Amino acid sequence: MIMSYFSEIYNGIKTLLTGMSVTGKYFLTSRKGAITQQYPDNRATLKMFDRFRGEVIMPHDENNEHACTGCQKCEIACPNGTIEIIWDRGIDEVTGKKKKKIDKFVYHLSLCTMCGLCIDVCPTDAIKWGQNFENSVYDRTQLTRVLNKPESKVRAGIED
Amino acid sequence: MNISLSITKSIHDWLYNIMPEGAASIVEMVLIGLVYLAIFAIAGLFLVLLERRVAAWFQLRIGPNRVGFQGLLQTMADALKLLSKELTGTVKADKFLYNLAPYFVIISSLMALAVIPFTKEFHAFDINIGIFFLIAVSSIGVIGILLGGWASNNKFALIGAMRSGVQTISYELSIGLSLLTMILITGSLQLSEIVEVQKSGWLIVQGHVPAIIAFMIYMIAGTAETNRAPFDMVEAESELGAGFHTEYSGMKFAYFFLAEFINMFLIAAIATTIFFGGWLSPFGITESIPWLGVLWFLGKTLTLVFLMMWFRWTFPRLRVDQLLTLEWKYLLPINLVNIVIMAIIVWLNLTIQI
Repeated sequence: MIMSYFSEIYNGIKTLLTGMSVTGKYFLTSRKGAITQQYPDNRATLKMFDRFRGEVIMPHDENNEHACTGCQKCEIACPNGTIEIIWDRGIDEVTGKKKKKIDKFVYHLSLCTMCGLCIDVCPTDAIKWGQNFENSVYDRTQLTRVLNKPESKVRAGIED
Repeated sequence: MNISLSITKSIHDWLYNIMPEGAASIVEMVLIGLVYLAIFAIAGLFLVLLERRVAAWFQLRIGPNRVGFQGLLQTMADALKLLSKELTGTVKADKFLYNLAPYFVIISSLMALAVIPFTKEFHAFDINIGIFFLIAVSSIGVIGILLGGWASNNKFALIGAMRSGVQTISYELSIGLSLLTMILITGSLQLSEIVEVQKSGWLIVQGHVPAIIAFMIYMIAGTAETNRAPFDMVEAESELGAGFHTEYSGMKFAYFFLAEFINMFLIAAIATTIFFGGWLSPFGITESIPWLGVLWFLGKTLTLVFLMMWFRWTFPRLRVDQLLTLEWKYLLPINLVNIVIMAIIVWLNLTIQI
């Protein structure tokens, strides 16, 4: 009874010291590399990380063409309605048939949780992660973006 | 300290020359009060910064490093922000007590600082019941916490305040008894005399085994006294929001926050004075330069403050019943046995004198 009282105290102190030695080691090695990143001041030489998720963008090539076929899979995949695709039917130049094409690819950054489901689900890799890390604006309406540029059209042969 | 001693002396003489004795002594008291207030408001802010940087390093982060060199002005900026914020309150709060509470907390911790000997000359109030005064004054702070929690008209604040009451009243005992153990060696409650005794070896060396046990108990109880983790049930974020100061904002919140850090400094300063020789240098290596005492004192105190921060960022929070078990089943009996052992050691002259 008495012995267990003292062995409890001994074990208590021992485990406390073990814990303190662990955190002490972290304290001493913290200078070598913090696991957090500093806010980037080096704008000129800044290289963001490959997996960084800033915002969803739609890359356009030099002919002002994107790869979005307007299949709306991203719109369905999005858990909180961030993406809204306003689509239309147009005449395909090659085949002459009626075909679905996007009018506006509306992206609400204010609703986006950066889950990446839309990018995973896109069959033609039309949307990608952007590297922009400064998303604060003065007006909320600026967070609603139209991703496809005006007058842009879908790249030929992307659906094959 | 010779230079500054002559400064204080010339101010003293000048004051007594230009006005009657009573008025001069009152002016002197006010001046000393203002000097202490200024020093410790700024010292408290820098302790907050130190805590944040140390916490960051323990968690492999970087910590505040933007405002000023290495973030030195960060807490100043925070204090300015808090000063400019609106003072809000709950509708059915007891306005008088609600406004009174922060002052209880900050004044009690600042009052206790008066008796701490920073060096031989830098000592505002050298009374012969120094330790008694410290223990008495430092427990007034809990009244402020209880008042704040009660007057806020908020469940969480009230629970936090009640927990604080339980905790402080329990751990007062351990603090008092562990300090009493050391008083057995010095035979005096006066802090300057306690430091004098340690010229023949710091008390933790003089009192060897029971002194080390007393020091460990003191540090545990002291951490509990300041309501810091692992004893921060008072403001356990995950359970109570912010505890007793949930409803406080702006400068009133800052008073509570500052008082916590000044209390931490105070606990470390008392430990330095009682166990580690106060402003005395080890083996008297800088005895010929008396003003270096301040640096020795601050060095020892900040080491102990760091130890408390180390506790905070290592240990998980205790439950209330575990807290009371620790005090009443472990610390208190050990303390009582320890005090008897110390008495026997002093009686048989078994202390180590260098």
